[in-house]
Amino acid sequence: MPSDWIWALAGGGLIGCAAAMFLLVNGRIMGASGIVGGLVDGSARSQATERLWFIAGLIGVPAILALLMGGAQTWLTGNLAVIIAGGLLVGIGTRLANGCTSGHGVCGISRLSLRGILATVIYIGAGGFSVIVFKHIWGIA
Amino acid sequence: MRNLFAASAGGLFGTGLLLSGMTDTRKVQGWLDLFGDWDPTLAFVMGGAIVPMALAWQLTRGRAPILGGRFPTRPDPVIDRNLVIGSVLFGFGWGLAGLCPGPAIASLTYGGWGGLVFLVAMLAGMVAAPLLRRRLDSDPAVV
Repeated sequence: MPSDWIWALAGGGLIGCAAAMFLLVNGRIMGASGIVGGLVDGSARSQATERLWFIAGLIGVPAILALLMGGAQTWLTGNLAVIIAGGLLVGIGTRLANGCTSGHGVCGISRLSLRGILATVIYIGAGGFSVIVFKHIWGIA
Repeated sequence: MRNLFAASAGGLFGTGLLLSGMTDTRKVQGWLDLFGDWDPTLAFVMGGAIVPMALAWQLTRGRAPILGGRFPTRPDPVIDRNLVIGSVLFGFGWGLAGLCPGPAIASLTYGGWGGLVFLVAMLAGMVAAPLLRRRLDSDPAVV
Protein backbone atom coordinates (compact mmCIF):
# COMPACT_ATOMS: atom_id res chain seq x y z
CA MET A 1 0.00 0.00 0.00
CA PRO A 2 1.28 3.51 -0.80
CA SER A 3 0.19 4.81 2.63
CA ASP A 4 2.30 2.20 4.45
CA TRP A 5 5.30 4.46 4.71
CA ILE A 6 3.20 7.25 6.25
CA TRP A 7 2.05 4.87 9.00
CA ALA A 8 5.64 3.71 9.43
CA LEU A 9 6.89 7.29 9.76
CA ALA A 10 4.06 8.31 12.14
CA GLY A 11 4.44 5.16 14.23
CA GLY A 12 8.19 5.70 14.34
CA GLY A 13 7.59 9.29 15.50
CA LEU A 14 5.43 8.00 18.36
CA ILE A 15 8.15 5.50 19.33
CA GLY A 16 10.70 8.32 19.34
CA CYS A 17 8.41 10.57 21.44
CA ALA A 18 7.88 7.72 23.92
CA ALA A 19 11.65 7.23 24.22
CA ALA A 20 12.19 11.00 24.55
CA MET A 21 9.59 11.27 27.32
CA PHE A 22 10.99 8.29 29.25
CA LEU A 23 14.46 9.85 29.04
CA LEU A 24 13.58 13.48 29.86
CA VAL A 25 10.98 12.75 32.57
CA ASN A 26 12.12 9.50 34.19
CA GLY A 27 15.78 9.65 33.18
CA ARG A 28 15.68 6.15 31.71
CA ILE A 29 16.70 4.54 28.44
CA MET A 30 13.67 3.08 26.69
CA GLY A 31 15.11 -0.26 25.67
CA ALA A 32 12.57 -3.09 25.61
CA SER A 33 15.06 -5.92 26.17
CA GLY A 34 16.79 -4.08 29.02
CA ILE A 35 13.56 -3.18 30.80
CA VAL A 36 12.14 -6.72 30.61
CA GLY A 37 15.46 -8.56 30.89
CA GLY A 38 16.42 -6.73 34.08
CA LEU A 39 13.14 -7.88 35.60
CA VAL A 40 13.41 -11.55 34.69
CA ASP A 41 17.07 -12.01 35.61
CA GLY A 42 16.63 -10.05 38.84
CA SER A 43 19.28 -7.43 38.07
CA ALA A 44 16.91 -4.45 38.38
CA ARG A 45 14.93 -5.05 41.58
CA SER A 46 15.06 -1.42 42.70
CA GLN A 47 13.27 -0.22 39.55
CA ALA A 48 10.85 -3.13 39.33
CA THR A 49 7.64 -1.13 39.88
CA GLU A 50 8.45 1.50 37.28
CA ARG A 51 9.34 -1.22 34.78
CA LEU A 52 6.16 -3.18 35.44
CA TRP A 53 4.09 -0.03 34.78
CA PHE A 54 5.98 0.51 31.53
CA ILE A 55 5.18 -3.06 30.44
CA ALA A 56 1.54 -2.67 31.51
CA GLY A 57 1.24 0.32 29.16
CA LEU A 58 3.13 -1.49 26.41
CA ILE A 59 0.67 -4.42 26.53
CA GLY A 60 -2.53 -2.57 27.52
CA VAL A 61 -2.67 0.27 25.03
CA PRO A 62 -2.05 -1.85 21.89
CA ALA A 63 -4.65 -4.31 23.27
CA ILE A 64 -7.29 -1.54 23.33
CA LEU A 65 -6.19 -0.18 19.94
CA ALA A 66 -6.32 -3.63 18.35
CA LEU A 67 -9.91 -3.98 19.60
CA LEU A 68 -10.85 -0.56 18.23
CA MET A 69 -9.26 -1.41 14.88
CA GLY A 70 -11.35 -4.56 14.72
CA GLY A 71 -8.37 -6.86 15.36
CA ALA A 72 -4.68 -6.92 14.56
CA GLN A 73 -2.41 -9.73 13.39
CA THR A 74 1.27 -10.54 13.76
CA TRP A 75 1.22 -13.19 10.99
CA LEU A 76 3.71 -15.19 13.03
CA THR A 77 4.60 -18.58 11.57
CA GLY A 78 2.76 -21.63 12.93
CA ASN A 79 5.99 -23.64 13.04
CA LEU A 80 6.55 -24.21 16.76
CA ALA A 81 10.25 -25.04 16.42
CA VAL A 82 10.85 -21.79 14.53
CA ILE A 83 8.92 -19.80 17.15
CA ILE A 84 10.86 -21.31 20.06
CA ALA A 85 14.26 -21.03 18.36
CA GLY A 86 13.49 -17.43 17.34
CA GLY A 87 12.41 -16.48 20.86
CA LEU A 88 15.47 -18.06 22.49
CA LEU A 89 17.87 -16.38 20.05
CA VAL A 90 16.22 -12.97 20.49
CA GLY A 91 16.25 -13.31 24.30
CA ILE A 92 19.85 -14.51 24.62
CA GLY A 93 21.21 -12.21 21.91
CA THR A 94 19.65 -8.96 23.12
CA ARG A 95 20.78 -9.51 26.70
CA LEU A 96 24.29 -10.54 25.69
CA ALA A 97 24.54 -7.44 23.48
CA ASN A 98 22.83 -5.29 26.13
CA GLY A 99 20.20 -3.93 23.78
CA CYS A 100 17.79 -4.46 20.91
CA THR A 101 16.05 -2.40 18.23
CA SER A 102 14.79 0.18 20.74
CA GLY A 103 17.85 0.42 23.03
CA HIS A 104 20.72 0.17 20.53
CA GLY A 105 18.70 1.25 17.50
CA VAL A 106 16.51 4.18 18.57
CA CYS A 107 18.26 5.35 21.76
CA GLY A 108 21.83 4.51 20.74
CA ILE A 109 21.95 5.77 17.14
CA SER A 110 20.23 9.05 18.15
CA ARG A 111 23.12 9.89 20.50
CA LEU A 112 25.66 8.65 17.93
CA SER A 113 26.80 5.83 20.21
CA LEU A 114 29.41 3.69 18.50
CA ARG A 115 28.12 0.55 20.27
CA GLY A 116 24.52 1.29 19.26
CA ILE A 117 25.40 1.93 15.63
CA LEU A 118 27.60 -1.16 15.34
CA ALA A 119 25.06 -3.41 17.09
CA THR A 120 22.31 -2.17 14.73
CA VAL A 121 24.41 -2.78 11.63
CA ILE A 122 25.25 -6.30 12.88
CA TYR A 123 21.72 -7.38 13.85
CA ILE A 124 20.19 -6.03 10.65
CA GLY A 125 22.93 -7.80 8.65
CA ALA A 126 22.40 -11.03 10.59
CA GLY A 127 18.64 -10.63 10.15
CA GLY A 128 19.07 -10.27 6.39
CA PHE A 129 21.29 -13.35 6.31
CA SER A 130 18.75 -15.22 8.43
CA VAL A 131 15.91 -14.40 6.01
CA ILE A 132 18.01 -15.62 3.06
CA VAL A 133 18.93 -18.88 4.78
CA PHE A 134 15.70 -19.75 6.59
CA LYS A 135 13.13 -18.30 4.18
CA HIS A 136 14.65 -18.54 0.73
CA ILE A 137 17.01 -21.52 1.00
CA TRP A 138 15.48 -23.66 3.73
CA GLY A 139 11.90 -22.41 3.37
CA ILE A 140 10.91 -22.66 7.03
CA ALA A 141 10.66 -19.02 8.19
CA MET B 1 4.38 10.05 39.07
CA ARG B 2 7.30 7.95 37.83
CA ASN B 3 4.94 5.03 37.33
CA LEU B 4 2.36 7.15 35.51
CA PHE B 5 4.98 8.40 33.04
CA ALA B 6 6.47 4.92 32.69
CA ALA B 7 3.04 3.52 31.76
CA SER B 8 2.45 6.43 29.35
CA ALA B 9 5.81 5.87 27.66
CA GLY B 10 5.05 2.15 27.38
CA GLY B 11 1.61 2.89 25.94
CA LEU B 12 2.95 5.37 23.41
CA PHE B 13 5.73 2.94 22.45
CA GLY B 14 3.19 0.14 21.95
CA THR B 15 0.93 2.40 19.87
CA GLY B 16 3.86 3.31 17.64
CA LEU B 17 4.89 -0.33 17.24
CA LEU B 18 1.37 -1.42 16.26
CA LEU B 19 0.64 1.47 13.87
CA SER B 20 4.06 1.41 12.19
CA GLY B 21 3.86 -2.28 11.28
CA MET B 22 6.67 -3.45 13.58
CA THR B 23 4.42 -6.15 15.07
CA ASP B 24 3.65 -7.52 11.58
CA THR B 25 6.19 -10.31 11.02
CA ARG B 26 5.61 -10.26 7.24
CA LYS B 27 6.63 -6.62 7.06
CA VAL B 28 9.67 -7.19 9.30
CA GLN B 29 10.86 -10.14 7.23
CA GLY B 30 10.15 -8.16 4.06
CA TRP B 31 12.31 -5.36 5.38
CA LEU B 32 15.14 -7.72 6.34
CA ASP B 33 14.93 -9.32 2.89
CA LEU B 34 17.63 -6.96 1.63
CA PHE B 35 18.65 -9.13 -1.31
CA GLY B 36 15.20 -10.44 -2.21
CA ASP B 37 11.89 -8.64 -2.58
CA TRP B 38 12.91 -5.77 -0.27
CA ASP B 39 10.15 -3.77 1.43
CA PRO B 40 11.75 -0.47 2.54
CA THR B 41 8.85 0.90 4.61
CA LEU B 42 10.21 -0.03 8.05
CA ALA B 43 13.24 2.18 7.44
CA PHE B 44 10.79 5.06 7.99
CA VAL B 45 10.06 3.72 11.48
CA MET B 46 13.69 3.98 12.54
CA GLY B 47 14.01 7.39 10.86
CA GLY B 48 10.84 8.71 12.49
CA ALA B 49 11.94 7.50 15.92
CA ILE B 50 15.51 8.79 15.81
CA VAL B 51 14.57 12.44 15.13
CA PRO B 52 12.62 13.15 18.37
CA MET B 53 15.12 11.08 20.35
CA ALA B 54 18.11 13.00 18.96
CA LEU B 55 16.39 16.25 20.09
CA ALA B 56 15.81 14.71 23.52
CA TRP B 57 19.52 13.88 23.90
CA GLN B 58 20.32 17.52 23.07
CA LEU B 59 17.92 18.66 25.81
CA THR B 60 19.66 16.51 28.43
CA ARG B 61 22.78 18.70 28.31
CA GLY B 62 23.32 20.53 31.56
CA ARG B 63 19.99 19.34 32.94
CA ALA B 64 18.59 16.59 35.14
CA PRO B 65 15.52 14.39 34.53
CA ILE B 66 12.25 16.18 35.42
CA LEU B 67 11.38 13.65 38.13
CA GLY B 68 14.86 13.66 39.64
CA GLY B 69 17.89 11.43 39.45
CA ARG B 70 20.50 11.62 36.74
CA PHE B 71 20.58 10.98 33.03
CA PRO B 72 22.24 7.71 32.02
CA THR B 73 25.94 8.18 31.42
CA ARG B 74 27.39 7.47 28.02
CA PRO B 75 28.68 3.89 27.94
CA ASP B 76 32.38 3.36 27.19
CA PRO B 77 32.76 3.05 23.43
CA VAL B 78 34.11 -0.46 23.86
CA ILE B 79 33.26 -2.96 21.16
CA ASP B 80 33.46 -6.25 23.01
CA ARG B 81 32.78 -9.80 21.96
CA ASN B 82 29.45 -9.92 23.81
CA LEU B 83 28.10 -7.00 21.76
CA VAL B 84 29.06 -8.66 18.47
CA ILE B 85 28.00 -12.24 19.31
CA GLY B 86 24.80 -11.06 20.99
CA SER B 87 23.79 -8.89 18.03
CA VAL B 88 24.46 -11.74 15.59
CA LEU B 89 22.27 -14.14 17.62
CA PHE B 90 19.55 -11.50 17.98
CA GLY B 91 19.57 -10.81 14.24
CA PHE B 92 19.24 -14.52 13.43
CA GLY B 93 16.24 -14.83 15.73
CA TRP B 94 14.66 -11.61 14.46
CA GLY B 95 14.91 -12.73 10.84
CA LEU B 96 13.73 -16.23 11.68
CA ALA B 97 10.51 -15.26 13.48
CA GLY B 98 10.06 -11.57 12.61
CA LEU B 99 9.66 -10.29 16.17
CA CYS B 100 12.06 -8.25 18.30
CA PRO B 101 11.50 -7.70 22.07
CA GLY B 102 9.25 -4.60 22.02
CA PRO B 103 6.76 -5.94 19.44
CA ALA B 104 6.81 -9.40 21.07
CA ILE B 105 5.48 -7.81 24.28
CA ALA B 106 3.17 -5.26 22.62
CA SER B 107 1.41 -7.97 20.57
CA LEU B 108 0.70 -10.22 23.57
CA THR B 109 -3.09 -9.77 23.37
CA TYR B 110 -3.43 -10.21 19.61
CA GLY B 111 -0.47 -12.45 18.74
CA GLY B 112 -2.27 -15.71 19.53
CA TRP B 113 -0.68 -18.81 21.09
CA GLY B 114 2.38 -18.56 18.88
CA GLY B 115 3.08 -15.07 20.18
CA LEU B 116 2.81 -16.29 23.76
CA VAL B 117 5.20 -19.18 23.10
CA PHE B 118 7.66 -16.75 21.45
CA LEU B 119 7.47 -14.45 24.48
CA VAL B 120 8.07 -17.30 26.95
CA ALA B 121 11.04 -18.56 24.89
CA MET B 122 12.43 -15.01 24.74
CA LEU B 123 12.15 -14.59 28.51
CA ALA B 124 13.85 -17.98 29.00
CA GLY B 125 16.66 -16.78 26.73
CA MET B 126 16.96 -13.61 28.79
CA VAL B 127 17.30 -15.67 31.98
CA ALA B 128 19.93 -17.89 30.31
CA ALA B 129 21.96 -14.99 28.86
CA PRO B 130 23.88 -14.11 32.06
CA LEU B 131 25.09 -17.75 32.23
CA LEU B 132 26.40 -17.61 28.66
CA ARG B 133 27.95 -14.21 29.37
CA ARG B 134 29.83 -15.60 32.38
CA ARG B 135 31.04 -18.55 30.33
CA LEU B 136 32.26 -16.28 27.51
CA ASP B 137 33.92 -13.91 29.96
CA SER B 138 35.71 -16.69 31.83
CA ASP B 139 37.01 -18.47 28.74
CA PRO B 140 38.95 -16.26 26.37
CA ALA B 141 39.51 -19.24 24.06
CA VAL B 142 35.82 -19.59 23.17
CA VAL B 143 35.11 -18.23 19.67
